[in-house]
Amino acid sequence: MRSAGLFRLFVAGYLVLFFAYLFLPLVFMVAAAFNASRFPTMLPWEGFTLQWFWGFDARGRPTGLFQDARMGAALLNSILIGLGVICLSVPLGLAGALLLTSLRSRWKGLLYAVLVSPILTPGVILGISTLIFWQRAFDLGGGLFLAVIGQSTFIASYCMLLFMARLERFDRTLEEAALDLGASHLQMVRRILLPYLRPAILSACLIAFLQSFENYNTTLFVIGAEDTLTINIATRVRLGLTPAVNAIGVLFIAATVLAAIGWALLRRRETVRRERPAAAPAPKLAPARA
Amino acid sequence: MRGAEVALEGVGLAYGSFWAVRGIDLDIRPGEFFSLLGPSGCGKTTILRLVSGFVEPSEGVIRIAGRDVRGVGPAARPTSLVFQNLALFPLMKVWENVAFGLEVRGVPKAERRRRAEELLELVALPGFADKRVDELSGGQRQRVAIARSLAVEPQVLLLDEPLSALDLKLRQHMRAELKAIQRRTGVTFVYITHDQGEALTMSDRVAVMSQGRIEQVGTPAEIYDAPATAFVASFVGESNPVPGRVRESGGGFVTLETALGPLRARDPRGLATGSPAILIVRPERCRLDGAGEADAVDNRVEGRIERVDFEGAFANLLVASPAGPGLVVQLANDGRLAGLAAGAPVTVRFPPEAALALPEGPLARE
Amino acid sequence: MSELFRRFGRPGGGSILATAALWALLLVVLPQLTMVELSFRPNLPAVARGGPEDVWTLANYTALWTNPLHRTIFWQTIWSSLLVTVLSLLVCYPVAYHLAQEARGDRALLLATALVIPFWVNEILRTFSWFLILSRNGLVNRVLLGLGLIEEPLALGGVGAVMIGMVYAYVLFMIFPLYNALESLDRNQIEAARDLGAPTWRIHWRIVIPHAKPGIAVGCVMTFMLAAGTFAVPQIMQSLPGGTNARWFTQIIYSYFFDGGDWNRGAAYAFALLALCLLFVAAMMRIFRVGLADIAK
Repeated sequence: MRSAGLFRLFVAGYLVLFFAYLFLPLVFMVAAAFNASRFPTMLPWEGFTLQWFWGFDARGRPTGLFQDARMGAALLNSILIGLGVICLSVPLGLAGALLLTSLRSRWKGLLYAVLVSPILTPGVILGISTLIFWQRAFDLGGGLFLAVIGQSTFIASYCMLLFMARLERFDRTLEEAALDLGASHLQMVRRILLPYLRPAILSACLIAFLQSFENYNTTLFVIGAEDTLTINIATRVRLGLTPAVNAIGVLFIAATVLAAIGWALLRRRETVRRERPAAAPAPKLAPARA
Repeated sequence: MRGAEVALEGVGLAYGSFWAVRGIDLDIRPGEFFSLLGPSGCGKTTILRLVSGFVEPSEGVIRIAGRDVRGVGPAARPTSLVFQNLALFPLMKVWENVAFGLEVRGVPKAERRRRAEELLELVALPGFADKRVDELSGGQRQRVAIARSLAVEPQVLLLDEPLSALDLKLRQHMRAELKAIQRRTGVTFVYITHDQGEALTMSDRVAVMSQGRIEQVGTPAEIYDAPATAFVASFVGESNPVPGRVRESGGGFVTLETALGPLRARDPRGLATGSPAILIVRPERCRLDGAGEADAVDNRVEGRIERVDFEGAFANLLVASPAGPGLVVQLANDGRLAGLAAGAPVTVRFPPEAALALPEGPLARE
Repeated sequence: MSELFRRFGRPGGGSILATAALWALLLVVLPQLTMVELSFRPNLPAVARGGPEDVWTLANYTALWTNPLHRTIFWQTIWSSLLVTVLSLLVCYPVAYHLAQEARGDRALLLATALVIPFWVNEILRTFSWFLILSRNGLVNRVLLGLGLIEEPLALGGVGAVMIGMVYAYVLFMIFPLYNALESLDRNQIEAARDLGAPTWRIHWRIVIPHAKPGIAVGCVMTFMLAAGTFAVPQIMQSLPGGTNARWFTQIIYSYFFDGGDWNRGAAYAFALLALCLLFVAAMMRIFRVGLADIAK
């Protein structure tokens, strides 16, 4: 019993350290965004300022994040690519999941391995192989289109796994019952299968967009001369070190915190009415890979 | 609604080299309550899927209302299937479930709603139209599934063990309900079950199946009183099988040489002398010596009571004989059970008319 | 296949099959094959392609072994990625266990939410936040200077800094698989073991860890793959003073594509990295006796 108590104490202390490790760097980053210092640092504190969001320096040059036109263009690109990835990955993932759940032969294992392999492949390699193939086969260079293709290689796999997890609990006799009652295959899909998959489709869209939005390693190879928000941030971090980068961080963190709180509240409500079997399952967490 | 006839002629279905069913000949009459009875894995569900069109036969012809339905998909057949797990659509309300078949046929919403309410009335669920499926009890779901199938006005309703998920009391209640619905609609019911009680109480006729083949088709009374094979005799109802060999035959009776001594039994199949055979006698047709007037031609088996299983309205006595298999004797609880105790020597007696001699064959395994 | 057509009809089943086939071919199989094919050919100007010099060759691969710098960086990448994987596992196990087995209700929800927040923040920004801490004017140097422990700011860059950044960037990829595996462990098993007198360490060794095997395998595979294949973390951490020696294999690949213009060699190096990752996946599946279906969750 004493060893168990000691262990518990150790765990409690450990948790505090762990979450400090997670959050303190972010806190420093946020604080530096409001520091008047020319360098992105929290210490020494030179006074509170909002100039890294919107403002001008002593010589009247704009210093703020929102005054940067390239940033806006990059953001727009990110959103376009994200929407493109949704349009490509979700149907691909759905087709893959439906095919795999209807296969029973030995081909199933092989096809499954092929379709999930991108998840286990480093992002840079996905980017490289996409770049080479489309360049050689269709003479297509890097750009927004190739970014959509390159990101979709692995995002479609994530979508497929989401759909397969939901289809695993699907009662196939519902399909047969609909057909038996005279529905055409299309009517069956529209009235039975898609409504059942709706929560999975929604979370697949969300995950696809977020994964695309955050992606760096794959995008870097296929984006060509274009810019995305993530690429833009990386460039800033490497070259122009002003606290405007921290300002981006503040926005990201604020958005994430809001989303996380919303998610937690939603999940809490779901636990309360867990008796309802028709309710969507709690969304499975998958972190984005850059 | 009118029921249609269903005819299967030499139907077989093979998966690779394995025949799930083979040589199936059935003639189900219009408006009949017809049951397919057999242990799990005997192929009865396969027949249902063949008739409903989810699988196509490897050989043979299926006719519904006289029409060859080979190549016609489940949607286009005049049949409707009530699934074992009911397969109600969980995201739709009760009435939407019932009206689904009408919806996919393009029936206007108001009309669909009206028909759904009529059908819910028919299955004794008035006022349930707007409930969610998960609010219903097992028996209520059952009725919704049947109403949903009836909504498409099938000529044949196929039911795949639809009562198996219900508890005993509800099951018994639903038997009567199903029978009543069938009578009201006049639709041909083809009912799959492994529960002989369901088959015997509801059906006009029953087909008993084993290992992909049909053993016997007949009315419930024929199946029980005149089983055609040892399998049917042992699967339907309790029975005492006693293996033996035909010593002499004639006049519709045979005498079998068995481990319990020579026993006489009816001989509907005309067994040849010297052939191996099996004698079947129902426990309720056995008596204990002294419990009634003796008859000289009765079969008699000496034994000792090994166990008394008291069931309330009756008791089952297991009588062990030193020479051969034990016999189960079922005695009504008529006030005279008290004197019977394990260990007492008794003589089991049954008239030759109550026993049946059948060709040797596999028995149902319990 | 017949089941597909039975479920969705001929047009439906056909379009599903075609879509999935296009995905598998155009997005996965053909790009990888093209990359591998390219890696076995010499780097030639476009006009010489298909000419007499365009022959199969292993030169792009032998270069990896004959160039001492590349070889060193290759091994350093593998070794550091392994270290990052092990470190992440050690760091995450207690947290995942606590979250899955001990925390309950709102507290568990709060902890889970707290875990999610840092990780939907961009990987670049996450790494950047550590960069700020370790930089010349960063928190560490400021504190040490302020306490008078050092007189000159320390150059904190190097492989160690890259690894700190990586553990920070990838712990969630370890925590969630571990958590998912541990959550399915029946708590009664732990209590039964405790009741039978097992000390805490033995309960973990004999009950909890064996149960968590698939989760450990998944977490390690993902972390290793991400660490070995990362581009952002070393790129950012290199800008630290003293960080230039911490080069990552992916950076060599990148420079072959965009600075050197030798796609063939870049492809060969990329394939070497891919082969290494697949080897690691295979090894983990073997060691932990899990299937691909457990890994890809």
